[in-house]
Amino acid sequence: MATLNDVSQCVLDGELDEVKALVQQLIDAGIDPITIINDGLIAGMNIVAPLFKSGEMFVPEVMESADTMNEGMKLLKPLITDGDIPSKGKIIIGTVNGDLHDIGKNLLIMMMESRGYTVVDLGVDIKEEAFVAAVKEHKPDIVGMSSLLTTTMMKMDSTIKQLTKEGLRDQIKIIIGGAPITQEFAEDIGADGYSEDASTAVELCDRMMTA
Amino acid sequence: MVKKFNQLAYSNLDDFVYGSCPNPVTTKSGMVIGGGTVYPEINFTLPGMDINDTTIKKACTIYSNIIDGVLKRAAELYAPGVLVEFETVPDFTENPKYGIEVNRILLNSMKEASEKYGLKSAIRTTPNDLREFSRPPIMRHGKYWDTMLELFEQCAKDGSDFISIESTGGKEIHDGALVKADIRTAIFALGVLGVTDMEFLWKHLVGIAKANNCYPAGDSACGFANTAMVLAEKGFIPHVFAAVIRVAAVPRGLVAFEQGCVGPGKDCAYEGPYIKAITGLPIGMEGKSAAGAHLSPIGNIAAALADTWSNESIQQVKLLSEMAPVVAMEQLIYDCRLMNAATKKGQQVMFRDLLVDSDAALDVQAYVLRPDVVMRISAELVKTQDNFLRTKIAAKLTVQELKKAINEGIVKSDRRDMKWLDKMDKAIDSIPDDAGEFYEQMKSELDMTKFIPSEYGLK
Repeated sequence: MATLNDVSQCVLDGELDEVKALVQQLIDAGIDPITIINDGLIAGMNIVAPLFKSGEMFVPEVMESADTMNEGMKLLKPLITDGDIPSKGKIIIGTVNGDLHDIGKNLLIMMMESRGYTVVDLGVDIKEEAFVAAVKEHKPDIVGMSSLLTTTMMKMDSTIKQLTKEGLRDQIKIIIGGAPITQEFAEDIGADGYSEDASTAVELCDRMMTA
Repeated sequence: MVKKFNQLAYSNLDDFVYGSCPNPVTTKSGMVIGGGTVYPEINFTLPGMDINDTTIKKACTIYSNIIDGVLKRAAELYAPGVLVEFETVPDFTENPKYGIEVNRILLNSMKEASEKYGLKSAIRTTPNDLREFSRPPIMRHGKYWDTMLELFEQCAKDGSDFISIESTGGKEIHDGALVKADIRTAIFALGVLGVTDMEFLWKHLVGIAKANNCYPAGDSACGFANTAMVLAEKGFIPHVFAAVIRVAAVPRGLVAFEQGCVGPGKDCAYEGPYIKAITGLPIGMEGKSAAGAHLSPIGNIAAALADTWSNESIQQVKLLSEMAPVVAMEQLIYDCRLMNAATKKGQQVMFRDLLVDSDAALDVQAYVLRPDVVMRISAELVKTQDNFLRTKIAAKLTVQELKKAINEGIVKSDRRDMKWLDKMDKAIDSIPDDAGEFYEQMKSELDMTKFIPSEYGLK
């Protein structure tokens, strides 16, 4: 008989094929699906996160773990209502107008999802009005903006101004990141937080959601 | 007429050195790149600002101040010549009138510096590859293609010595392969998509250059191998994976030279030593003096075979002594002085080897740039003319070189490296030798929403 610890270990090891059998055994044994998610799948990802932060796991290994978690989730989702799926919060993320760089953004999305956040990926080259429309539509807790160029970083400023003008600023936290970005710049333009990489950005969001 | 490279340009490792190559290139001002002297290659960019019709005047003033400052410093320090790289910001390529205006400012200041100081200079104009602004990317037509070519053509007409680009064909697939450390998909992106796009793109760029008394210089796998290097430095992917990607990017880069590029290869193309070994053409390189732009584990070894020595890029911000581009100019000049002084004393090989030995044992990415390793792998690559097969062979040989070096303890490694090398070895062996057969295999694995096969001549 599989245990919740087995599922966690399976997620940690990125055993994509094995996780389905284990989760199915737990379902068949009558274990509450939410328990399997929280104490099996997400518990596994909670081990992955610190290992990645300490340099003991690479991103491809984290992605295998995340894929394994998602494979398990596929079996569990039909058994619960959408509202029951635990979410630490909702974040919309995009690379600002005029900028195409998205590897850092995509890494953040992967890590946020694997840590239990609901993520809306707006993509790259996102205009100010598209961020505003997305905030109105998705009502996120956090808005994340990325920029890799000195000539696009000011779009973060104009996006924040646009969100403020639309009366949305007080409803959200804003985090920014990218090669030319600094904490000082974040403070100058009125962002709530800056992070230098995807890993610390997740921790920043965790702090914001529990503040 | 496509050039074929079926033998190495060097037969003796001791001839494979910085500052000279079998096929040097002479600029309009008389700088002979690859003719015995290493020249500084200075690059710079704007501080944080928007670019639009209102701010372009300010941007032009900033560029004018930068170029005047760096050329003055070059003259003060008796630089034998300066290669200026104008790598545009995306707005300058999307709105070619901006890029053209700044390029003219730089050309004009270079002319003035020649008259005022007698300073020789040349300019490499590097527009952006904006084709990936369309998602999935439109590679062979459309507004981004048109504006890019417009900028290339007018800058060449206006007097640019060289044109270059960091092209992005295949990057839309390669990005995903990098974060998954998926060597099969990376080889597909580089060896099928990248190679095909380079053939198409550089055929056009070489035509523009030749029609306008300008040299087609070369491309860079920046968006591929340098992204891998950055991800490895952050601990996101294994260093051995980044090292293999570096060498696997060589055949893609070689396509530009098959199409007619004459160098100097692009500064951020750390695959340059392989290009130099195969083509005998000069290369730009960057390393320790590009620390203002990014970290690299190859700061010294990158200079070992350089014909121009670059700072990559630096913003116009004030440092304690001077504006940052002027500081970068000074640093590059002193680096080049040292290398050139060693050459004059007949100590070029010794100096090259010091540059090599100070880095090569400390990181696998540096190890694959060792001149002897470069010569060994390059010698195998020229045995076929199929650039897809070359990509596969480059990856395979690099894995083998690194396994041997790690087993012999001559390069520092991570305890997980051998596992990743074995994994790559197995994956590479599963790739067929025929590009068409590989594409058929890959169809079920690729995210077909990310790229348009017909933009690469595929069905």
